[in-house]
Amino acid sequence: MDITLTINGRDHAIAVEPRRTLADAIREDCGQTGTHIGCEHGICGACTIIVDGEPIRSCLMFAVQANGKKIRTVEGLANGDKLHPMQQAFMDHHGLQCGFCTPGFLMLAIGVLEREPNISDDGLLDVLSSNLCRCTGYQNIIKAVRAAAKDMRKE
Amino acid sequence: MSAHGTRGSGTTWVGRAIRRLEDPALITGKGRFTADLPAIHWVRFVRSTVAAGKLTKVHAPKGAMVITAADLKGVKKITPMLHKFNYRPVGQPALADGMVRFTGEPVAAVVAASEEEAEDIADQVELSIDETTPVTDARRALEAGAPQVHAEAPGNVILEGKVKTPDFDTVWNGAHKIVKVEARSRRQNATPMEPRGAHASYDVSTGRVTLTCTTQMPHLTRTAICDVLAFPESDLRVIAPDVGGGFGQKMSLASEYVVLVWLARKLKSSVAWTEDRRENLIAGFHSRDQHITLEGAFDRQSKLVALKADIVSNVGAYSCFPTTCGVEPLMAMAEMPGPYDVQQYACLARGVITNTCTMAPYRGVSRPVITFTLERLMDKAARAFAIDPIDIRRRNLIDKFPYKSAMGLEYDDATYKETLEMAVEAVDVPAFRARQKEARAKGRYLGIGFATFSERTGYGSPAFAARGMEITPGWETVIVSVDPSGFVEARIGSSPHGQGLRTTLAQIIADAIGTTPEMIKVVHGDTDRAPYGWGTFASRSLVISGGATLIAARKVRAKLIKIASHMLEAAPDDIVLADGSAKVAGTDRAIPIAKLAREAYTQTHRFKGEIEPGLTETGHYDPPGTFSNACHDAIVDVDAETGHVKVERFVVAEDAGLIINPMIADGQVHGGIAQGIGNALLEEIIYDDNGGILTATLADYLPPTAHEIPPIELHHIETPSPNSITKAKGLGEGGCIGAPAAVVNAINDALSPFGVEIEEIPATPQRIRAALRSAEKHSAHSRASGNPGP
Repeated sequence: MDITLTINGRDHAIAVEPRRTLADAIREDCGQTGTHIGCEHGICGACTIIVDGEPIRSCLMFAVQANGKKIRTVEGLANGDKLHPMQQAFMDHHGLQCGFCTPGFLMLAIGVLEREPNISDDGLLDVLSSNLCRCTGYQNIIKAVRAAAKDMRKE
Repeated sequence: MSAHGTRGSGTTWVGRAIRRLEDPALITGKGRFTADLPAIHWVRFVRSTVAAGKLTKVHAPKGAMVITAADLKGVKKITPMLHKFNYRPVGQPALADGMVRFTGEPVAAVVAASEEEAEDIADQVELSIDETTPVTDARRALEAGAPQVHAEAPGNVILEGKVKTPDFDTVWNGAHKIVKVEARSRRQNATPMEPRGAHASYDVSTGRVTLTCTTQMPHLTRTAICDVLAFPESDLRVIAPDVGGGFGQKMSLASEYVVLVWLARKLKSSVAWTEDRRENLIAGFHSRDQHITLEGAFDRQSKLVALKADIVSNVGAYSCFPTTCGVEPLMAMAEMPGPYDVQQYACLARGVITNTCTMAPYRGVSRPVITFTLERLMDKAARAFAIDPIDIRRRNLIDKFPYKSAMGLEYDDATYKETLEMAVEAVDVPAFRARQKEARAKGRYLGIGFATFSERTGYGSPAFAARGMEITPGWETVIVSVDPSGFVEARIGSSPHGQGLRTTLAQIIADAIGTTPEMIKVVHGDTDRAPYGWGTFASRSLVISGGATLIAARKVRAKLIKIASHMLEAAPDDIVLADGSAKVAGTDRAIPIAKLAREAYTQTHRFKGEIEPGLTETGHYDPPGTFSNACHDAIVDVDAETGHVKVERFVVAEDAGLIINPMIADGQVHGGIAQGIGNALLEEIIYDDNGGILTATLADYLPPTAHEIPPIELHHIETPSPNSITKAKGLGEGGCIGAPAAVVNAINDALSPFGVEIEEIPATPQRIRAALRSAEKHSAHSRASGNPGP
């Protein structure tokens, strides 16, 4: 099927089988490999991206379902050399080690904070519990997201 | 004790929590992982659906390219070797050859133009297997008449370590009390977030293959694959690009990678395989799965005087390369006495082969299990002597250094008692006991648990030679060069994959030669660029690669000073390297290091043959090993009705020698503790009676989420190690070594009113409820027979 994926403001006209997942289409058909695939069954959240303002698991969505929708991935977060406050906070607070789950956590946290900038600490912990990280024990991810939440409210 | 001094001349990068040099790429989606590479051909492995049987035929759909063992004639089996401990080498074919020995074993490789197509074809491949009865439990595999997993290993024992100190029997027989623990640590999967994967590409002009793969050991991967495929190592380049976590799972050779290289050479093209999570969970190497029976003999003063261990380690269907399956049982045997002073020791450690996925080292290697067992023993002994669990540790922890263990290991300066006291003070035990009492009155069960342990890190080749390993992955080499542009490059044999080594090594070099970390690029994970080395595992890289880095950097420093002394016409002793320049002390005369480097290449005639051209120096380091130590304590809240455990608080007092980058060090401890909590409460690979796996998704196999990990409080002591030239000790594994013991001791403390003992991990709600039910039954029975209940 011929579809157009609009990723970080750029249109990608691609032909996909109906069964192709959005994650595969973004990575392989559009060459945006910053979005990672960790389980392909919707648990780990490494493939989390933002579609029409909502953080979603791109392994659980078919590419055809995203036709014409606004997709944001990790590649679109920085503005030139200026990092998104969430990216900066992950660096400042050592919120990543191997970096494989990181794009998913960034998109998850940004998606939720854009929707709910004043989310409570408990609410944030609930949200962050939807993705898996094997390196950090979550300590510094939580710290980074809390710090970024403050910065995002200021902006 | 804490000292963040510098060993360079001027700047003080070591000891600072600088941001990681690795992060800018990873944070913007520019990291490069194996699965990001495009390929012409894609592979899907067809795997055994049964645990044991005779493979009679592989039925491939017409026209499909399906590779089986029959195609791989001449490919040798992967056969790692130990020359001790009655080791029986068992070979692993790259694809199952005649027999299948575990569910998930690769049997055939389907090659197609896309991943989807390969998957579709693989679904149509039919395997004819005459099923036989499998054995998955190690103790059952030891029984007479148990199914034999390998004909060459009758009885299923492929490794047997035995030790007994000369006075053991006398001391044992004269002991006042014997305390016993029957510990069981169930099977885990290290579960890196990036599953395994490989991409092999053939260069038609040179005939070389480049294998890009998720490995912790690029050079050894090259050696192993060239051994089994019998071609020169110079024709294989192995690249470990960004690797999404390893934790040991990616240090053992994947037979799939052998098939990929074979295919690239056959097809003269590029071919890729990306493991899916199900494959990873059933076939991507497992870990732990040990039974340990531990008995401690104590004198009247509750001093441990002798220790007796029986270790049964389920090593799976084959022996992992390069460590062999000896890695688990032999580590347990060598380090069982842990941080306690006990000079009489007897141990039988067996590696038992079963119809389960092959075991590989996993963060901590045996020490989470032995620490859990030994710390249970200490708590039980405290109860037997009616003393506080903290007091029994105070009486038994090692406090004189260097200390020689019953197994002959030398413990360098450490702080077992100090870290215990630090952790005790941090939690305010009396206040907790008061809160615990109050909570119990309301039907809430809180508990506190302590775990003290030693963590052997940064050990060189003699430690591996002691195990009789044919390959002793001990030393490391680092080449530091300053190029004519003035930038510094350090090429290292280690292969970090999340540990931040590019940053910490840059900090060491920056201090040694008076520059800044941003000027330094650390190159790793490419056999064409890095010197031969062993990779990153066993909490070794900062100690060993860091040591080799310091040695090489000091040589560079000496040469820079020599060149500066020529150019500035000053005595070498008067030259100071700092802030990117060589200066003559007490004057304003200075030359930038970049200029010195340029001269080292372009103006060598000036040095009149006194200085060799270029600015490249090599360091090798093969240290004896050093022991980190820590005390963990956990406070838990156990719901006696559901068996659910909430870890409320987790405190760590840690001593890992001189800390190079506190932020990175803390991150390592955090991650280890989270894995330890997973080990204690959640993570378990479960086989059914037929050897099928019941936990093949992340909805069934449960790494902890942010919800299960409490805020972790860290306290540090820094005792510089005399056995490490950077004075740093390793700390990558400690977190997961102590946490299971601390958490399970806390659960047992919480449930002490019920008289239950949990000695099996993970302590799932089911296990806790079963223990409580059995205690209730027992107490009802006691009441019926007139005995007082708990």
